Amino acid sequence: MSAVGHATLDHAHDDHGHHHKQTFITKYIFSTDHKMISKQYLITGLLMGVIGILMSVLFRMQLAWPEQSFWIFKALLGKWAPDGVMSPEIYLALVTIHGTIMVFFVLTAGLSGTFSNLLIPLQIGARDMASGFLNMVSYWLFFVSCVIMLSSLFVEAGPASAGWTIYPPLSALPQAIGGSGLGMTLWLSAMAIFIASSLLGSLNYIVTVINLRTIGMSMTRLPLTIWAFFVTAIIGVVSFPVLLSAALLLIMDRSFGTSFFLSDIFIQGEVLSHQGGSPVLFEHLFWFLGHPEVYIVILPAMGLVSEIMATNARKPIFGYRAMVASILAIAFLSTIVWGHHMFVSGMNPFLGSVFTFTTLLIAIPSAVKAFNWITTLWKGNLQMNPAMLFSIGFVSTFITGGLTGIILGDSTLDINVHDTYFVIAHFHLVMGISALYGLLAGVYHWFPKMFGRMMNKNLGYIHFWITAVGAYGVFFPMHFIGMAGLPRRYYTNTAFPYFDDLADVNVLITVFALITAAVQLVFLYNFFSSIFFGKKATQNPWNATTLEWTTPVEHIHGNWPGAIPSVYRWPYDYSKVKEDGEYVIAGQDFIPQNVPLQENEEEMNH
Amino acid sequence: MTVFLVIIVIALFAVTIWQISKIFQLSRSSNVDSSQIANDKDNKSQAYIMIGFVIFFYGLMIYSFWNYSKLYLPEAASAHGSHVDNLMFLSIGIIMFVQVITQALLHFFAIKYKGKKGNKALFFADNDKLEFIWTIIPVIVLAGLIIYGLFTWSDIMNINEDEDPMIVELYAYQFAWRARYSGEDNTLGSANVRFIEGVNQLGVDESDPYAMDDKITTELHLPVGKPVVFKLRSQDVLHSAYFPHFRAQMNVVPGMITQFGFTPTITTEEMRNSEYMVDKVDNINEIRKDKSKELMAEGETPLDSYEFDYYILCNKICGQGHYNMQMKIVVESQEDYDAWIKEQQSFKETMASQQEQDSAGDAPQEDVKVAAETVEVKEEN
Repeated sequence: MSAVGHATLDHAHDDHGHHHKQTFITKYIFSTDHKMISKQYLITGLLMGVIGILMSVLFRMQLAWPEQSFWIFKALLGKWAPDGVMSPEIYLALVTIHGTIMVFFVLTAGLSGTFSNLLIPLQIGARDMASGFLNMVSYWLFFVSCVIMLSSLFVEAGPASAGWTIYPPLSALPQAIGGSGLGMTLWLSAMAIFIASSLLGSLNYIVTVINLRTIGMSMTRLPLTIWAFFVTAIIGVVSFPVLLSAALLLIMDRSFGTSFFLSDIFIQGEVLSHQGGSPVLFEHLFWFLGHPEVYIVILPAMGLVSEIMATNARKPIFGYRAMVASILAIAFLSTIVWGHHMFVSGMNPFLGSVFTFTTLLIAIPSAVKAFNWITTLWKGNLQMNPAMLFSIGFVSTFITGGLTGIILGDSTLDINVHDTYFVIAHFHLVMGISALYGLLAGVYHWFPKMFGRMMNKNLGYIHFWITAVGAYGVFFPMHFIGMAGLPRRYYTNTAFPYFDDLADVNVLITVFALITAAVQLVFLYNFFSSIFFGKKATQNPWNATTLEWTTPVEHIHGNWPGAIPSVYRWPYDYSKVKEDGEYVIAGQDFIPQNVPLQENEEEMNH
Repeated sequence: MTVFLVIIVIALFAVTIWQISKIFQLSRSSNVDSSQIANDKDNKSQAYIMIGFVIFFYGLMIYSFWNYSKLYLPEAASAHGSHVDNLMFLSIGIIMFVQVITQALLHFFAIKYKGKKGNKALFFADNDKLEFIWTIIPVIVLAGLIIYGLFTWSDIMNINEDEDPMIVELYAYQFAWRARYSGEDNTLGSANVRFIEGVNQLGVDESDPYAMDDKITTELHLPVGKPVVFKLRSQDVLHSAYFPHFRAQMNVVPGMITQFGFTPTITTEEMRNSEYMVDKVDNINEIRKDKSKELMAEGETPLDSYEFDYYILCNKICGQGHYNMQMKIVVESQEDYDAWIKEQQSFKETMASQQEQDSAGDAPQEDVKVAAETVEVKEEN
């Protein structure tokens, strides 16, 4: 099938009986089919996730048993772990690359890339993305970016190690830290390509959602997943270019002697010629992306969870309009709160007041969403599929992690917990673990759509419960060592005897982390073995209402063998009853979106 | 203790896995349904496991608060610190209240409404009143927190010049701190990294008369009850001056001077003798003793016993020595402080002693002068 997506859109369905022969390369590698691209994103994202999580395991071991020798350090870190003892340089490199990989490569590309690609065309009733070619380019840029980022791990002087926020001057000066040489150059190149990839993807998603909705699919009939992806793409387009500008200016400071971010520096016995720049400027530029970025990560997860929760609760999502409104409110507010990362950066304290105000405002739509999810469960008929469990887990960690944001968003309180483990606990729960739960929920739920087979549910249960216990075991106690004043990014805490009584907690956290990381192997096994040996899926295994479940199990180019279905109702007609208390369609507790209004049925006014 | 914790955790996990596998065996033996879609049995077993999870989760929260809340920093040793702590405890109170209730509802609903064939879910799509209520409640609570926070914030950040605070420069470089006292005139001499030369390690401007009585030290001594304003200056990369016990923190930014002011209220001596600190230090020394035994068994040097001192630490990643960038702080009576500061060498004396050496070695002073002319000195106080 060499016909690109949009070509088939024009002449609708009649052409779909006879396809051109596909070679391995056009089908699996340079595919322009959104379903294949989404699988490519997912598998690349998962592999990056394995690397990112493995890194966290390594530095957690160092934190629990500081400066002890482990054969695994020697095996994996080589010269960076003389005699098996991790060196401070590689510790910083590991936390840096762990952060970068998890935030950008796993939770941005792996999550949003996978599910936006899979679900946007399928759920809005389109044959493919607006531009299949750009979509393919987007994935391959992402792939190149991954390769460059990983290749930086093998650089002589070490990979980037100035923290994932790469604040200059540390990230600009190889004299300050080894990783700021070639390692940082590769980091910046990888991110520049990543941003290009992300922008191509985002523009494609936006255009597709606006233009290619099927007949009857008004904006208020879109599933919440699509709303989330759509708004996420808009935030991405607004904020990613700012990160690119920051990266470009940093590249100029590093390589061409400019002074955007550097001034008055004396290092290794010599004064640098840079004059007049300000690292605070970089912080503004970075967080102008960096904060929306956490919503770029969490909004798609919210969309997936809303959808999965409604389906498995056999109930409409509660407060559809409020959910959409809060997505929009979060998106808007997310672009004006970046300063809360900078309360003690030296910026004018008045700005701190403003950002405190906007930051705490964002708690309101978040709270509305949490309450609406809880109400969605109320009086439901909950089907405890693994995807549902992960969705419930998502709401739980989102609440736990989100609440501590009230402390961090308050400039007064931030003074004393800024850059401590309290922050680590907060954002790992609210955007790390939550978004991963969203990703995993999505994988379990749409696996039948992606691969035509089912994942093993019992392995899914084991995976969920141990992960749920482990994640809280890691991050709940972590708040307390943060409040004890323990700074993040410390290679070891033994330089301060004052922290000696925190060592126990660190061991506990690491044990939980090791177990949690290990149980992800169950997931990987389940995932890869189910692709080949899973039980064959039926067309609509979860009895869901959205359009993707009206497509055949076997993937075909153009998604629907016949005409694209028209849409007659919103996507949450679960357990809808007539006045006499019977289901609208007898014996069936859901009404797919492509089913016209029935007799005696009232349309919900959404 | 550590080993004990590890064993408990591993044991708990073993029990969990064993329980789960048992449930699976039970569900498998009588169950030919292999659709991989949750059936009534799964719904039931998962709901039971969720009860276990809720017990774990609430247990973990209670355990953490019970055992770890004592890790919270001791009573704030600065005048503004108690406001920060009050707001912190108020926020934690509100947060935990909301946490306990919402998590309970979430998991309770998940357990109570577990699916069963034939059950009918309630088609409940909207309720403006409910949504209004849970929009307005966060608005009110957050408005209260915002107002409280903002007043405290502006109190902390707006430095009151009328109180005639003592001006001290904190100078950060990879990987240590220096303090520069402004001397009798309470005015720091101007400085720039371009003046760094020989013993003038902080780049103080030798031609500035204000600089002559400045005193550069490697420890920070502060008289109790006297407001102090720190002017923060970095030599190389970003650092952050974090004074956890004083609830104070400010980044140190190359190219600009940041500031933070507070009034220390508890002397080092008082803090050492506080009940909190006596317990904590005893505990730490117990831990260190145990560790020393292990170390000695391996033929290494044992750890020193620990005595509490305030410290400042670097809290912004600054390089491989970041984890050990600290400086001791001593809060003492005005008399003790006066006696200590008297002993410290002034900048003038430091430079004079270098000149003596130089005249012996005839080192050129010209370079510094040249640099001074070409560079615009932005330092101001």
